[in-house]
Amino acid sequence: MFNLLESTVAVPTLTLVWFVLVAVLWLGYFFLEGFDYGVAMLIPVLGKNEKEKRVVVNTIGPVWDGNEVWLLTAGGAMFAAFPGWYASVFSGLYIPLLLVLVGLILRGVAFEYRSKHPDSRYRTTLDWFATIGSFLPSLVFGVGFANFVIGLPNDGLHWNGSFWALFGPFALLGGVMLVVLFLVHGSAFIALKTRGIIHDRAESFGARLGWAAAVLVALFVICQNVFWPATSEFGDLSVFAWAAGIVAILAIVGASFAIGKGRDGWGFIGTGLSVVALFVGVFLKMYGNIGFAQDENVAVAERLNMITAASSPTTLTIMTWAAVIFVPIVIGYQSWSYWVFSKRISTKNIPDEVESAA
Amino acid sequence: MDPVALARWQFGITTVYHFLFVPITIGMSMLVAVFQTMWVRTSKDAYLRLTKFFGKLFLINFALGVVTGIVQEFQFGMNWSEYSRFVGDVFGAPLALEALLAFFLESTFIGLWIFGWDKLPKKLHLATIYLAAFGTMLSAIFILAANSWMQNPVGTVFRNGRAELDGVGGFVEILSNPVLMVTFPHVISAAYMVAGGLVAGVAGWHLAKIRRDGEMKDGDTSAYRFATKFGAWVLLGASVFTVISGDQQSKIMTQVQPVKMAAAEALFETQTNAPFSVLTIGNLEGTEPLFEIQIPGLLSFLAGQETVKGINNLREEFAEEGFRHADGGQSLLQEQFADELAANYPGIDPIPNVPISYWTFRLMMGLGFAGMALALATLWFVRKDKFPKPGPIWTLAMFAMPLAPLFAISFGWIFTEMGRQPWVVAGVMSTASGVSTSVPAGNVLFSMITYTLIYGALAVLEVWLFLKYAKKGLPEVAPIEVQSDPDAPLTFAY
Ligand code: HDD
Ligand code: HEM
Ligand code: HEM
Repeated sequence: MFNLLESTVAVPTLTLVWFVLVAVLWLGYFFLEGFDYGVAMLIPVLGKNEKEKRVVVNTIGPVWDGNEVWLLTAGGAMFAAFPGWYASVFSGLYIPLLLVLVGLILRGVAFEYRSKHPDSRYRTTLDWFATIGSFLPSLVFGVGFANFVIGLPNDGLHWNGSFWALFGPFALLGGVMLVVLFLVHGSAFIALKTRGIIHDRAESFGARLGWAAAVLVALFVICQNVFWPATSEFGDLSVFAWAAGIVAILAIVGASFAIGKGRDGWGFIGTGLSVVALFVGVFLKMYGNIGFAQDENVAVAERLNMITAASSPTTLTIMTWAAVIFVPIVIGYQSWSYWVFSKRISTKNIPDEVESAA
Repeated sequence: MDPVALARWQFGITTVYHFLFVPITIGMSMLVAVFQTMWVRTSKDAYLRLTKFFGKLFLINFALGVVTGIVQEFQFGMNWSEYSRFVGDVFGAPLALEALLAFFLESTFIGLWIFGWDKLPKKLHLATIYLAAFGTMLSAIFILAANSWMQNPVGTVFRNGRAELDGVGGFVEILSNPVLMVTFPHVISAAYMVAGGLVAGVAGWHLAKIRRDGEMKDGDTSAYRFATKFGAWVLLGASVFTVISGDQQSKIMTQVQPVKMAAAEALFETQTNAPFSVLTIGNLEGTEPLFEIQIPGLLSFLAGQETVKGINNLREEFAEEGFRHADGGQSLLQEQFADELAANYPGIDPIPNVPISYWTFRLMMGLGFAGMALALATLWFVRKDKFPKPGPIWTLAMFAMPLAPLFAISFGWIFTEMGRQPWVVAGVMSTASGVSTSVPAGNVLFSMITYTLIYGALAVLEVWLFLKYAKKGLPEVAPIEVQSDPDAPLTFAY
C-alpha cells in the first residue's frame, strides 16, 4: 500500500501505477496526434495549390497511423486496468465519442485515398474530410477533458448528467483552447519538417497564433486551478497542478518566441511541452476521482473512482509486465521511423506524376 | 425500439463490415511480402511490378480495415458497458495487448513500407512488410483469444461480483483455450483463401483481357500467368487447412457448446451415428422435415462423438442442470456462476436461432468449397501456356474466386456469434444483460444511421478505387535506390 501525500484513502500501488500509465498513454496520444490534427487542419490554410497541400499532408504521411494507435492503446489500457472507468466514460459520453469516431474515420480515409485519384474536386473533398476529421476530435477531447476537470455527475456507476450540461463555459474554453493549441503544435511540426514556402508560411502562422494559444492556455490553467483545485480525499495535489499549468503557459509563450525567431526545433519542443504539461495538470486533477464527481455523502467504497473501477491485482500485474517490456520497444521503433523520415521536404520533392506507384 | 436489438444489429453490422477488410489485410500483406522477396532475390522487374500492383490494392483495402477497427474498439464501452464492466478484468487485457503489441507494429511498419522505398536498403525495406504481416497475425491471436473466451470462458473465477482472472495461470489458460487453438488456424487459413483468390482473380482477368486485346507490354503475360497460378495454389492450399481446422472446430464446439452444433444441424432428437444433413427443406422449427438429403454417419464423425444430442434433449437438460458441456462438465466460471445464472435468467431459452445456424453453417462450407472448385478450374484453364476464353463467364468466375471465400467468412462469423446466443459469454452472461443501460435507444439508433451512411459511402469509394487500379494493371517501375539528393522526388507521396 502506498499513501500519496495526505491521502485518507489507501491506494494500492498497482492501481496508482496504472493510473499513471493510462495518463502517459493519453499524453503520448495528445503529443503525437496533437500535431497530426494541427497539420491536417492547416491543409487549407497553408497549401495554396495542389503541390503545396501535398507537402503539408506528407509531413505526417508515414507516421499518423502509428500516432493514432496511442489513442487505441489508451482506450484498451483503460478497459484492461479500469473496466469501470472505461464502461462509464464510453457509454456516458456516447454522442461526443461518436463524433470522435466519425472524425477518425473521415481523416483516415482522406489520407490514404487522396493520392489515388488525380481530380481536384475529389482531392478538395478529401482534404476537407481530413480537416474536419481532425477538428472534431480536437474539439471533443478539449470539451471532454474540461468536463473531467469539473467532475462528471454520476450515481456511483453511470454518468447521470444532462447532455447540454457538458457545454458549460469552461468546457467550451477547453475545446477552443485545444483546437488552437494543436494548430500551433501542427505549425511548429510543419516548420520543422519542410523547406521553402510552406516552411515560411507555417512559421509566420504559428508565431502569430502562438500568442492566442498562450492566452487560452493561461485562461484554462487559471480557471482550472482556481475553481477546481486538485485536492480530494486522495490527497492535495494542487501545488503540482499549478506547477504543471505554469509550465504549460511558459512553454507555449517560449514556443511562440522561438517560432517567430525561426528556431523550429525549439518551437516544436515548446508546443509539445505545453501540450504535455497541460494534460499532466488535468490528470493530476483527475487523480483518484478519474473525472467523476465524488459525492461526500456516499461512502468512498461506493463512489466511482480509481479504486472501485480497477481490475484485480493479477490483471494489473500481467499488464504491468507487458507495459514494462513493450512500451519501450514501441517507443524505440516509432522513434526510428521518425528518424528514417527526418529529412525536410518541399514542393520540389513532390513528384509531378500525380498518381504515384504504391 | 429495443435497445438490445439495436446494439446487436450495430455490433453485427460493424463487425461483419470490419471483417470484409481484415482477411484481405492478413492474407495480402503476406502475399505481397512474398512477391517482394522474389524481387529482392532475383532482381526481376516482373516481381517488383507485381509487388507494387498488389501492394496498392492491399493498401486501398487496409485503409478501411483501420478506420472500421477503431469503431469496434470503442463499441464495447459505448454499447456494451455492462458487459465491459462484468468481464473487463479478463477481456480488457487481450484488447489492450492487441493494441500495444500488434497495432503499433502494423501501423508503424506499414508506414515505413509505403514511404520507405527510397529511404531504406532493399532488405531492410523488405523486412518492414514482413513485420507488418506478422503484426496482423498477432492482432488476430489476441482478438480471437478474446472471442474464444466468450465462446468458452476458461481461466476465470467469479469474484467480487464479476469475472476475474484466475491468477497468472488463468491468463495462460485463456491464451491456450482449446477453442482458440482451432479458431486461429481456421481464421488465418480462411484469410489466405481470400487473398489467394484475389491475386488469382485479378491476374486471371487480365490474362483473358490480353487474349482479347493482345499484350500491352513485354512480360505482362508471364507475370499475370505466374500470379494467377500462384494465387490459385494459395487458395487451394489454404482451403485444405481451413477444412481440417474447421473439422477440429466442430469437435470442440460440440463439446463446449453442444446446442450450437445441434442447431447447425437442425438436429432435434438425439441420434446415434447421426447423419449429416446436406439439405433439409421443411419446418426447421418444427419436428418433421419434409425433404432431406443426408450423408449417413457424417455428423457423428464431424462431432467426434458416436451419439449426438438433439436440441429437444439439450433444452430439457438445460432446464434441469443448467449450462453444461456435452460431457456434463463446465468451465470454472460457469460452475461458480451456476446459481446466479439460474436466479438471473429464469426461463431463458438456451437454443439459438435454428434456421440461421443451419443455413449460415452450410453457406460457409458451401462457398468455401465453391472457392476451391474455382481455383481448380482456373488452374486447368491457364495450364502451360493456355489462355482463358474472355467473356462474361470467365469474368464472373474471377470475381467469384475471392468473393466466395470472403462471404464464407462472413457466414462463418454470423454462425459462430449467433449460434452462441442467447449468451454473450457462453453459459454465464446473457447478451441482453450486457448492453449499456444508461444509453437511450435513440442514441444507438442515431449512431447506427451515422455508421450506415458513412460505411455505405466508403464502400462505394473503396470498390470504385479498387476496380480502377485492378483494371489498370501492372505499373511501370523505375529502378529503386536509396536517395541522397534532397530535391529528389519522393517515391511515394500522398
Ligand atoms: C482475426 C482477426 C481480427 C478480428 C477478429 C478483428 N480484427 Fe480488428 N483488425 C485486424 C484483425 C482482426 C487486423 C488484420 O489487424 C486489422 C485489419 C486491417 C488493419 O489495419 O488491421 C485490424 C484493424 C483494427 C483496428 C485498427 C488498428 C490500427 O489503427 O492500425 C482496431 C482498433 C481493431 N481492428 C479492433 C478490433 C476489435 C475491437 C475487434 C472485435 C470485435 C476486431 N478488431 C476484430
Ligand atoms: C473477435 C471479435 C469478434 C468478432 C469477429 C465478432 C463477430 C461477430 C459477428 C460476425 C456477428 C454477426 C452476427 C449477427 O449478424 O448478428 C456478431 C454479433 C454479435 N456479437 Fe460478436 N464478435 C466478436 C466479439 C464480440 C464481443 C467482444 C462481443 C461483446 C459484447 C460481441 C457481441 C456480439 C453481439 C451482441 C452480437 C449480436 C448477436 C446477434 O445479433 O445475434 N461479439 N459478432
Ligand atoms: C468443411 C469445411 C468447414 C468446416 C467443417 C468448418 C467448421 C466451422 C465451425 C464448427 C465453426 C464454428 C466455430 C465456433 O462456433 O467457434 C466455424 C467458424 C468459422 N468458419 Fe468454418 N468451417 C469450414 C469451412 C470454412 C471456410 C471455407 C471458411 C472461409 C473461407 C470458413 C470460415 C469460418 C470463419 C471466419 C468462422 C468464424 C470464426 C471461428 O469461430 O473460427 N470456414 N467453422
